[in-house]
Amino acid sequence: MRKNNRFCFNSIAILLSLSVSAFLTGCASSDKGVNGQVIVYNWGEYIDPETIRMFEEETGIKVIYDEFETNESMYPKVESGAVAYDIACPSDYMISRMIDNGMLSEINYDNMPNAKNNIGAQYYEQSRGFDPENKYAIPYCWGTVGILYNKTLVDEPITRWAQLWDEKYADDILMQDSVRDAFMVAEKLNGDSMNTLDLTELTAAKDLLIKQKPLVQAYVVDQVRDKMIGGEAAIGVIYSGEAIYTQKENPDLVYVIPEEGTNVWIDSWVILKNAPNKENAEKFIDFMCRADIALMNFDYITYSTPNVAARELIEDESIKYSEIAFPDLSQYDNLETYVYLGEDGDSLYNELWKEVKAH
Amino acid sequence: MKNAAKKIYIGLIILFLYAPIGTLMVLSLNASKTRAKWGGFSIKWYIALFQNEEILRALVNTLLIALLSSLVATMIGTIACIAMTGMKRQAKSILMGITNIPMLNADIVTGVSLMLLYISLGIRFGMGTILLSHITFNIPYVILSVMPRMKQLNPSTFEAALDLGSSHINAFFKVVFPDLLPGILSGFLMAFTMSLDDFIITHFTKGVGVDTLSTKIYTEIKKGIKPEMYALSSLIFVTVLTLLILINLSPDKKEKK
Amino acid sequence: MTSKKKWLSVPYLFWSGLFIIVPLGMILYYGLTDRTGAFTLENITAIASAGHAKALRLSLLLSLISTIICFLLAYPLAMILSQIQVKRHNFIILIFILPMWMNFLLRTLAWQTLLEKNGVINHVLTFLHLPALKIINTPAAIILGMVYNFLPFMILPLYNALSKIDINVINAAHDLGADHIYTFFRIILPLSIPGIISGITMVFIPALTTFVISSLLGGGKLLLIGDVIDLEFTKTSNWHLGSGLSMVLMIFILINMVLSAIFDKDGEGSML
Repeated sequence: MRKNNRFCFNSIAILLSLSVSAFLTGCASSDKGVNGQVIVYNWGEYIDPETIRMFEEETGIKVIYDEFETNESMYPKVESGAVAYDIACPSDYMISRMIDNGMLSEINYDNMPNAKNNIGAQYYEQSRGFDPENKYAIPYCWGTVGILYNKTLVDEPITRWAQLWDEKYADDILMQDSVRDAFMVAEKLNGDSMNTLDLTELTAAKDLLIKQKPLVQAYVVDQVRDKMIGGEAAIGVIYSGEAIYTQKENPDLVYVIPEEGTNVWIDSWVILKNAPNKENAEKFIDFMCRADIALMNFDYITYSTPNVAARELIEDESIKYSEIAFPDLSQYDNLETYVYLGEDGDSLYNELWKEVKAH
Repeated sequence: MKNAAKKIYIGLIILFLYAPIGTLMVLSLNASKTRAKWGGFSIKWYIALFQNEEILRALVNTLLIALLSSLVATMIGTIACIAMTGMKRQAKSILMGITNIPMLNADIVTGVSLMLLYISLGIRFGMGTILLSHITFNIPYVILSVMPRMKQLNPSTFEAALDLGSSHINAFFKVVFPDLLPGILSGFLMAFTMSLDDFIITHFTKGVGVDTLSTKIYTEIKKGIKPEMYALSSLIFVTVLTLLILINLSPDKKEKK
Repeated sequence: MTSKKKWLSVPYLFWSGLFIIVPLGMILYYGLTDRTGAFTLENITAIASAGHAKALRLSLLLSLISTIICFLLAYPLAMILSQIQVKRHNFIILIFILPMWMNFLLRTLAWQTLLEKNGVINHVLTFLHLPALKIINTPAAIILGMVYNFLPFMILPLYNALSKIDINVINAAHDLGADHIYTFFRIILPLSIPGIISGITMVFIPALTTFVISSLLGGGKLLLIGDVIDLEFTKTSNWHLGSGLSMVLMIFILINMVLSAIFDKDGEGSML
């Protein structure tokens, strides 16, 4: 039995010393910068860390950076006040929800010349869908939702959502496993708005999704990327930001914006109402809107940037004029942005989605 | 013949448990960022790993939290087990039921309710809140693995030690504790494991800028998990396995018969 | 002795009171109110709606199957392991828990890589001219994921319980003419019941509310009760319904308590 003891204590001692030594070497000083700090809440991997370092160096403001994985996991943390953040970077519909609930603070464009001048007017225009007077949100990344298909696995070009209901692609289709994106596809196919609350339109969309279910290989969110690269499925619904990356990994993949129209999403910087460091927050956002910084972030994230000045600086012509990264939104008249549907609206969508999933 | 069958059976189970680990180790040497394609052999993710301060800091946090929370949970859990044997049957059943609640509740339910608790208590979110939460969901695993050993204890040895003039504490450490040790150890390890793995509860109870490996991995989902994480996992795994084998291969000569 | 033990229960009573019961009270509050804060039982009765009831049935079925498979795989293994020399005990325990030190999400993604149509296993099978495995995105894959994820939690308590059984008792039975089967059912199995109960609890109860496995390996085509609760909390932000459904699941803790009490009578006598 003593043997057992010794082993047990040995293992614990090893673990302890491992973690303590790691603690001593890894413990970075978390002092405040000379000009205070700013607390930023952003998506994971959604910024070039180098730009944060440059901001700290140029302004003397310490950035405390925190990450979330979905809009929905971000919201309760901000709302509950568990941590007082200065800046967040939610998506369109989540911003309209935060506006509704009075959680955001108005932007003062006079303090943010880069935000005023470098962001393209068309993106502010698009933002009005969820922020009617452009009072709260400064666009950071945007994109469309479309179809990614593998041209070696289909015998015709895919151009319409309707083709996701074609039986010859049974078990070769990847759908988005999220309420709004799945319903958006069906609603657009029916020619309805993706923000509809009309019960007949919603029921029609639900029936359509149930009809599609036997053909769907899997409902996935982030796995579309890897599954399409690996040739697991022929057709997948995907965010445009992934298109360039997936094509690089697998040249057989083609991204299209379906004819029936689709969702344009915009992730934007917002300053929170209870932000403890409002001035620093303005400085941070404006810094991120500087052309060279926005370009660094575009290179790092590869999601389309609304920063026109940054786009001008892109050297690679094939990306600068890429139809995928920078589609001309004026060509389409059936693009929409999600808006917050209210608690009852959300519940309604969720009930119908559960019916689809449980079918 | 019979021994061979036994060995094959153990081998198959180990293969089952380690197949994904092997896959991860192979992926950590994949030059391509995607798990869906082999892009050639490369150690670049290992190099990138050691240049990534954030991941290393998250590793430190993860180990510290896992170690401290499982140690505390093991102590509380073991003491609770001893205490429970002295309880009335009914009280014991109810307490066991309560113990199972954190295991049953979906992580998100536990996470959100603990977040609300800390807010109402006015506790500052940070390392401390993560620790409290981890201890909470670790205790059931300790209790559930110490309890069976407890029930199989022979009470007469303890009584005998007392009769022979031993104090309670002495009798416990000399007689009861060695018998419970395997249960305590596996409880500790389970707690450690659960703590390493937790994401959702940590997400809701962490303070700003305090990350663990799990929270880092999950936040990377949107943009694709970086293979540095595969590299780190492989390194941890190989380190622990080597240590284990070394300890196991150097038997204490005095105890060898 | 009993009086001395009373104060031993204080730390845990305090802890479970503050960190289990009080949060539970919050869940009860949310579960029994609607958005306006008015009292309602709707969140509880919602379990009877077609979609939720089906999700619960599926969850029960899949976690029951997984628990049985875990038990059938782990019991023989634990028996074999318990016969190995004492000095290797801790090494053995660690070998079976070590895989769990790799992050859950990474492990599950690795299973995806193994099981997919163009996955590793199918490459090996085609190479050997064997028919391909079509398990990904089916309920079978969910069960595999559950078994994989919870197996160690069955192995360890069984192993602990079995290795505690005195070999002399078994030898005595053999000396008295009992055959292997008789010894197993009359001696080994009854003596290992505390371990069995722990193992079943640690596999069945968490399996009932898992959700990530079903979407990563099951293709998101089956809705489990864990998925529903997760949806309500994270997608709709309807904490009320999510809490109500969680409360319903606590019935299974009660059932578990009753069952343990019935099967654990023998354990009671030999207690400290």
